[in-house]
Amino acid sequence: MTTQRTSGRRKQALAAAAVVAALLTTAACGGGDSDNGGSKNGAAGFDAANNKVAQASEAKKGGELKFASAQDADSWDTTRGYYGFMWNFSRYYSRQLVTNATEPGKAGAGVTPDLATGLAKVSDDGKTYTYTLRDGITWEDGKPITSKDIKYGIERVWAQDVLSGGPTYLKEVLDPKGEYQGPYKDKSKDKLGLKAIETPDDKTIVFKLPKANSDFEEMLALTSASPVRQDKDTKSKYGLHPFSSGPYKFQSYSPGKDLVLVRNTEWKQESDPIRKAYPDKISIKFFSNANDLDARLIAGDYDLDLAQTGMSPQGRTTALKQHKGNLDNPVSGYIRYAVFPQSVKPFDNEHCRKAVIYGADHVSLQTARGGPVAGGDIGTNMLPPSVPGSEGQKYDPYEMAGANKNGNVAKAKEELKACGKPNGFKTTIAVRNNKPVEVATAESLQASLKKVGITVDIDQYDGAQTPGIIGSPSNVKKKGYGIIIMGWGPDFPSVQGYGLPLWHSDYILDSGNNNYALIKDKTIDGLFDDYVNTLDDAGKEKIATEINHKVMEGGYYLPFVFEKFLNWRSSRLANVYTTDGYSGMYDFVNLGLKSTK
Amino acid sequence: MTELSKSGAAVGEPTGTSPAPTAFLEVRDLKVHFPTDDGLVKSVDGLSFQLEKGKTLGIVGESGSGKSVTSLGIMGLHTAGQYGRRKAQLSGEIWLDGTELLSADPDEVRKLRGRRMAMIFQDPLSALHPYYTIGQQIVEAYRIHHDVDKKTAKRRAVEMLDRVGIPQPDKRVDSYPHEFSGGMRQRAMIAMSLVNNPELLIADEPTTALDVTVQAQILDLIRDLQKEFGSAVIIITHDLGVVAELADDLLVMYGGRCVERGPAEKVFYEPRHPYTWGLLGSMPRLDRDQQERLIPVKGSPPSLINVPSGCAFNPRCPYADVPKDNVTRTVRPELTEVGSKHWAACHMSQEQRERIWTEEIAPKL
Amino acid sequence: MLAYLIRRLFAAAVMLVVIVMVVFSIFFLIPKWAGVDIATSFVGKQADPSSVKAVAEKLGLNDPIYAQVWEFFKGIFVGRTYSAGGDVTNCSAPCFGYSFRSEQAIWPVLTDRFPVTLGLALGAAVLWLIFGLAAGVLSALKRGTLWDRGAMVVALAGVSLPIYFTGLLSLAVFSYGLGWLDAQYVPLEDSFTGWLGGMILPWITLAFLYAAMYARITRATMMEILGEDYIRTARAKGLRESVVIRKHAMRSTMTPILTMLGMDLGALIGGAILTETTFSLPGLGQAVLNAIKNQDLPVILGVTLITSLAVLIANLVVDVLYAVIDPRVRLA
Repeated sequence: MTTQRTSGRRKQALAAAAVVAALLTTAACGGGDSDNGGSKNGAAGFDAANNKVAQASEAKKGGELKFASAQDADSWDTTRGYYGFMWNFSRYYSRQLVTNATEPGKAGAGVTPDLATGLAKVSDDGKTYTYTLRDGITWEDGKPITSKDIKYGIERVWAQDVLSGGPTYLKEVLDPKGEYQGPYKDKSKDKLGLKAIETPDDKTIVFKLPKANSDFEEMLALTSASPVRQDKDTKSKYGLHPFSSGPYKFQSYSPGKDLVLVRNTEWKQESDPIRKAYPDKISIKFFSNANDLDARLIAGDYDLDLAQTGMSPQGRTTALKQHKGNLDNPVSGYIRYAVFPQSVKPFDNEHCRKAVIYGADHVSLQTARGGPVAGGDIGTNMLPPSVPGSEGQKYDPYEMAGANKNGNVAKAKEELKACGKPNGFKTTIAVRNNKPVEVATAESLQASLKKVGITVDIDQYDGAQTPGIIGSPSNVKKKGYGIIIMGWGPDFPSVQGYGLPLWHSDYILDSGNNNYALIKDKTIDGLFDDYVNTLDDAGKEKIATEINHKVMEGGYYLPFVFEKFLNWRSSRLANVYTTDGYSGMYDFVNLGLKSTK
Repeated sequence: MTELSKSGAAVGEPTGTSPAPTAFLEVRDLKVHFPTDDGLVKSVDGLSFQLEKGKTLGIVGESGSGKSVTSLGIMGLHTAGQYGRRKAQLSGEIWLDGTELLSADPDEVRKLRGRRMAMIFQDPLSALHPYYTIGQQIVEAYRIHHDVDKKTAKRRAVEMLDRVGIPQPDKRVDSYPHEFSGGMRQRAMIAMSLVNNPELLIADEPTTALDVTVQAQILDLIRDLQKEFGSAVIIITHDLGVVAELADDLLVMYGGRCVERGPAEKVFYEPRHPYTWGLLGSMPRLDRDQQERLIPVKGSPPSLINVPSGCAFNPRCPYADVPKDNVTRTVRPELTEVGSKHWAACHMSQEQRERIWTEEIAPKL
Repeated sequence: MLAYLIRRLFAAAVMLVVIVMVVFSIFFLIPKWAGVDIATSFVGKQADPSSVKAVAEKLGLNDPIYAQVWEFFKGIFVGRTYSAGGDVTNCSAPCFGYSFRSEQAIWPVLTDRFPVTLGLALGAAVLWLIFGLAAGVLSALKRGTLWDRGAMVVALAGVSLPIYFTGLLSLAVFSYGLGWLDAQYVPLEDSFTGWLGGMILPWITLAFLYAAMYARITRATMMEILGEDYIRTARAKGLRESVVIRKHAMRSTMTPILTMLGMDLGALIGGAILTETTFSLPGLGQAVLNAIKNQDLPVILGVTLITSLAVLIANLVVDVLYAVIDPRVRLA
């Protein structure tokens, strides 16, 4: 607030950052042991854990697994967390009926039984899901986990007024009319008033959906379906010390400072088919300086980044040069894109939208995102490669990774003519001011659109206020934001878990809107309806592909990249693999250490 | 004959070959030059005079004539606390009671300061430290040179304040300078200077910052104290009126040099330098009208870097062309004896000056 | 002196009330004018209107501002209870608000983090006073020399270089490069040497910036003071030059230095954001930064108030010291 003032220092700051980057590159790696592929320091090699398991056999029981992070979770409460790394990490201390398979790559996106003895017995109409619980499943105080605990845990999703923040899919599917008031306003004695879930005995739980949803079991694999024991529910404060059902329990937690998990001695290996529980202790240390964090990862002080969103540019440079063997380059599941709100003229006309798509230089946008390694492959459509039904770059309706990858001025002018704006037009790009990479892409887009006669201003808005600023359609229209730069990743790997809030007309909200393009397409809405009623995987994939095509044909989006990250894995780590279940992150729950020291 | 002072053992030999003087204070050919970016500033450029104990010397001149620089030179304050690369350059001899100060060890000179020679400054408000009480400052001055405890020193301070006429000295001793009036402050300053019974007291414009009624009181005080302590006193002023009654001898300075010196009555009644005439003309006198009172010397003081050639006063002198051959502008006049112990530096002949004084100047005064 | 103190205290109290008013206005009115909905950004990705409404209620965003100010003040003395949707949260006195983001009362967060920041600020202040004053005085006494010029060039560099540059540089060299210092924060109560090891680089980094400023100010002030008449008087008394400098010149030089110190310390307590961020120190600055990132208004509000209080107290202390040093001030 003081001492470090004035905007005039910006330039100095940039120059300083450049010098520091150079210094860090040299200083952080005195040894310069270039280990590209299994080497003397024991690193598994570049991309060795990307979609495959690295060094599984070297994992030993014991030791302290050390996470570092520049960001704390939104909440460690299983009902309230929405950050991907929180869901991934929460498997240490919470179990669900079913969970993502502990497998690398695509297989990790599948669902596997956890507390339940098997996957759901689903009725023919797809509306009834029945599970039986395993034997020997216990809470951290040794009491057994019952079906009622699971029901209560799920009911907490209804208490959005107290427990805001988490995903609400279960609430929308089980109680679309919003009849249940949540456990805290529940008048019934046992607070288990939610009609859609039945618990005939402690070992059985039955879900009765008013309307089928083929992704329901995926939703039950979400952290928000975790059991919570009523007598241990501290409501809004639950996230400070969730009561453990997994192999580890909270020892200490200071928000924004550190978190330590230790073994839950009541947890029994034989009751858990998926968790290996290698380390004795798991710690997270929160940093405020991403460069410092990366330098410490490289120095070997910590094992991996909790957030799993890739290294900072400086750390990346050093790591790629000197420690490539410690890096993986997975696809993140995120697509980075520009979207055109139809409420802002002339983007109500699809030809004007397509003029922007053709006019854009896709290679330069990719470069602005960080290039093919740190940024990702050129995005050609709107379904992430990790989502079933995706065709990846094979589906490229505007030839963005092909003939038009450097922009097609002639085609763009053609579209402009068809739109009735042969001489181009003026509009504004809205971009978050706290994401330098997004600002860079906006500038790149601005430059290439100039060539086709489209003049754009760039408006950098307060990124922390995203839901209030671009999440408000009336504000978007008022400000004339014809192009919004954003990114989106799947909550769970399905077209519903990714695209429903973006493309379904029911999801156009007055505030907190995510359907920025304001898509009101009966065909798309209908396809989503078909999707939730289609139970077989092949059928689901086909519909997902079709929805993607419809969205692309409408020209609502200009995808930049299928995002890739460059994540650090310390040489101590064993049994490391990335999983599509958590958007290309390492699967935390089964990480082990090679040495217990 | 050479007379060693008490601390004579540590005092260096005189610089020149000339013998040690007999006068209590003797200044010989003192030069004080300051190097600056614009050139060498010759603030004092060859000044000589003597002063006996119990006598008062008035040094008179405009600001910039070198009178304050001379007094600081005697006190050794050009060398003490000089920082940086540019130092004042002093040459000549200053003899105080047989000790030559310029060649002496600076620390020995420091020990003389405040004890054998003391100084009163023009503005007592800025010359007293605002953060210390009057008492603390007098006590400090006393204890530098007397190994006594604070209590004794404070008694001495009260005694001195009493002596200089400060009412309730035992209370006022704990006051801060800003709590005193201007006259009281100067009294306190005098008390501080005299606390060690110095044999030489230099008063640099002691009354300039005070109003007229207080001026007289302070001058009376200095005179009384001199009588009591028998010190030698130098009063530096731009105002001849201040020294009219006080000084035994007068020294008129112009452009860093002495232009006239002699017994006070001689300089007053038979001045032999046109600059002295100008000063007398600008002297305020109570028996004159307001209008006539001040006839300032026309023009401005000379640059001390490029002192006018010839007589430094020539650009302002109304009689510059009286001597022949443009000599006033080419040759620097030396001090010549114009009467008993009366010296002046002017190219005009004795007769010319006598005539101009009696016919043109004196009647107008 | 007593009257002076009472006046100062009264002025400080008035200032505090004004600050609270202003801070509240900023935090509660400006989002409204800017058309930003705090509750919506709070709810997150899937913001359905009912939860937005509930959150707004819980955060007290619907109450008029005077009611919010009143509740806040009351909370400081008697504690506060937030209740919404069957969830009751107690915030015991002194309650400086409650963060619904991290589910913590603000006061413990402040008391937890304050020592870190205080340690950082005080430790750095000791360093910069020692080095800044010494360099400034020496430069003033050796003005124009090679030493003086050298010191002033270094000082200029210190003033101009941003903290994240010097901070990252020192980390890169001493921590990652040479490995002399771990430079990770360890609480004082855990290990004194660990704490010292973790604080040295932040201290030096912060002190470098300030020492540079203080050296420049000290040099300028010292040179000015040395030209004062009363310094000449002190020499005329026959004082040794060292005593003149220490007793007479330094005391006067301290007045502007002290004024600066009060402001800087006060500001640092809430504003060492860059230093704390660079070195990942869990202090107030870091808390504010996190809070800004997370839109955690109560934390920002609490820290702002505590910081204002710190600045006020620091200035009050300076005012008192000022009066001790300069007797003329006591009259003002």
